[in-house]
Amino acid sequence: MSVMALSQKKIKKTKIWLISGLLLVLLALVAYTFLYLKHDATMTDVGNRLASPSWEHPMGTDHLGRDVLTRLLLGFRLTVGYSMIALAAAVIIGVPFGLLAGLRGGWLDRVFMRIADGFLAFPDTVIAIVLSGLLGPGIGNLLFAIVLVKWVNYARMVRSTVLTEVQKDYITIARINGLSTFTIMRKHLLPHIIGNVLVLASLDFGKIILLISSLSYIGLGAQPPTPEWGAMLNESRPYFQGNPEMMVYPGLAIVAVVLVANVLGDYLRDKFDVKKEVQP
Amino acid sequence: MTVIEINHLKKSYNPDKLAVNDVSLSIEEGESLGLVGESGCGKSTLARCLLGVERVDGGSITFNEKPLANANRKDLRDYRRNVQTVFQNPTASLNPKLKIKDSLLDPYLQFQNELQLEHFHFTSKQAFVEQLLEIVELPKELGDRYPHELSGGQKQRVTIARAISIEPKLIVLDEPTASLDVLSQGAILELLATLQKSLGMSYLFISHDLAAVYQLCQRIAVMKDGELLDMFQKEDIYNSRRHEYTKELIGIF
Repeated sequence: MSVMALSQKKIKKTKIWLISGLLLVLLALVAYTFLYLKHDATMTDVGNRLASPSWEHPMGTDHLGRDVLTRLLLGFRLTVGYSMIALAAAVIIGVPFGLLAGLRGGWLDRVFMRIADGFLAFPDTVIAIVLSGLLGPGIGNLLFAIVLVKWVNYARMVRSTVLTEVQKDYITIARINGLSTFTIMRKHLLPHIIGNVLVLASLDFGKIILLISSLSYIGLGAQPPTPEWGAMLNESRPYFQGNPEMMVYPGLAIVAVVLVANVLGDYLRDKFDVKKEVQP
Repeated sequence: MTVIEINHLKKSYNPDKLAVNDVSLSIEEGESLGLVGESGCGKSTLARCLLGVERVDGGSITFNEKPLANANRKDLRDYRRNVQTVFQNPTASLNPKLKIKDSLLDPYLQFQNELQLEHFHFTSKQAFVEQLLEIVELPKELGDRYPHELSGGQKQRVTIARAISIEPKLIVLDEPTASLDVLSQGAILELLATLQKSLGMSYLFISHDLAAVYQLCQRIAVMKDGELLDMFQKEDIYNSRRHEYTKELIGIF
C-alpha cells in the first residue's frame, strides 16, 4: 500500500471516531436540553393513536397516542443514564477490590478469585436474567443484577495489572521507603490502571445498554409506561404488522447508540494500547 | 562510628541450602564496603535482608546500636529514612507512568516531617528537583520527562538522585552499573565517588565486577555460596594471605 493510501486510511479512521463522538454528544444534548420535549411521554391520547408523522408528532404516535419522538428522547436519558450508573457502580466496586486482592494477596485474593470464577462460569445475560427473575422485575433490580455481574471484570483486570506491576523494582523501592499500601495504590498503581479501566468501561457501555434493553424487552427491566427503549420494543410487538415503524424507531436508536459506544471504545483501546514504556 | 552491623546473618529460601550463611560484617560512617562474588552467591539476598524486603532466618542487623529485630515503628521509620538503595535495573526502578520529578520526590515527601537536610534545601518541589538533577549532572528540564525518554545511564543517575535526596547514612548499591554500557559505568562510578565525598554517606557496593569495586571502595568483602570468605583493606588486595578464591577472582581481572 502506498504512503498516500495509508494516510488516507488514517484520515478515514480518525473521522469515524470523531463523528461518533459528536453524534453521541448531539444525542445527549437533544435528550437532556428539552429541545424537543413538548409532549408528556406518558400522556395518552387514544383518539389519536397510531398516527402518521405530522408537524405535531414528527415520528407519529404509538398505540396509546403518545408522542414517539418524546418517548425516544426520554428513553435515551433512561437507557444511557442507567447504563452509566451501572457502569460507574461496577467500576467503583471493582477497582478497589482488584487493587486490594492484587496487593494484599493471601486469603482475600483466594476468596475473591473463587467468586470471580463463579460469575465467569455463566454468560452475563444468563446471570442477569436469573437474578432479576429472582429479585422480581423492575429497573432497580435489573441494575443491581448488572452491577453484580460486571464488577468482577473490573476487579479481575485491575488485579492482573497489579500482580505484574507489584513484582517490579519501583514498587519494592516504594515499600523500602515506607510508603503505605494506600499511597502505593494511589500514586504508583492507579496510573497503570486508569487507561485499561477507561477502555473496558467504554466497551462495556454498549453491552450494558443492550443488556438493559433486552431484559426490559422480555419484561424483566423497566416496566410500562416507562419509555425505556427495550420496553418500547416490547410494547410495540402486537402492532408489528400494521405499524412496523413503532418497532423500528427504538430498534434503530439502540443500534445507533451501541454502535457509537463501540466505535469510541475501539478508538480508546487503540489509543491506550500504545506502549509508552520502552524496554532496554 | 559504626553505621550498620550485621551479626551471623542467616537466610534460606529452601530448607537444604542457606542463601546467606552466617555472614558478619560492619560498615563505618563515610566508608564504602565492596561486596564481591559471582551470580547467586547470596550477595543480593544479603542486600534484600538489609533493606527489610526479606525476613531474616537468623542473626541480627544493628543500626545505630539498635537491633532491628526489636525495633518499634519509630525506629523502623528512622532506619528506612537512613538506608536507601539503588538497584541494578534503572528501567524497572522507575515507574514508567510517573514523571521523573514525581519519582524523585517519593522519599522526600514520605519523610519530610522528620528530615533535617544539611546539603540540600527545600524551597519548592521544582527547585528541589532541579537541585537533585544538578548534583547528578543531569539537565534541569528532565524533571518533566517520562522515564522512557531517558537513556539507561540517565535513568540510573535519577535513581541515585532519589536515593541521596533525603541524605541517608547508608546507600545499598546492588550492582548499579551492571546493566549499563562501559562508558556509563565509569561515569556512574565517578559520580558515586564524588557524591560520597560531598555528602559523607556510607556505601555497601555489591558487584560481581572486582575492578569496579576496587575503584570505589576502601574495604572489600568476598562471598561465595552464601559464606563470607575474605575481607580486607583495598591496599592488601595483592597480599599473599588472601583466600584462594579471592586470588582466583583477581586473576580474572
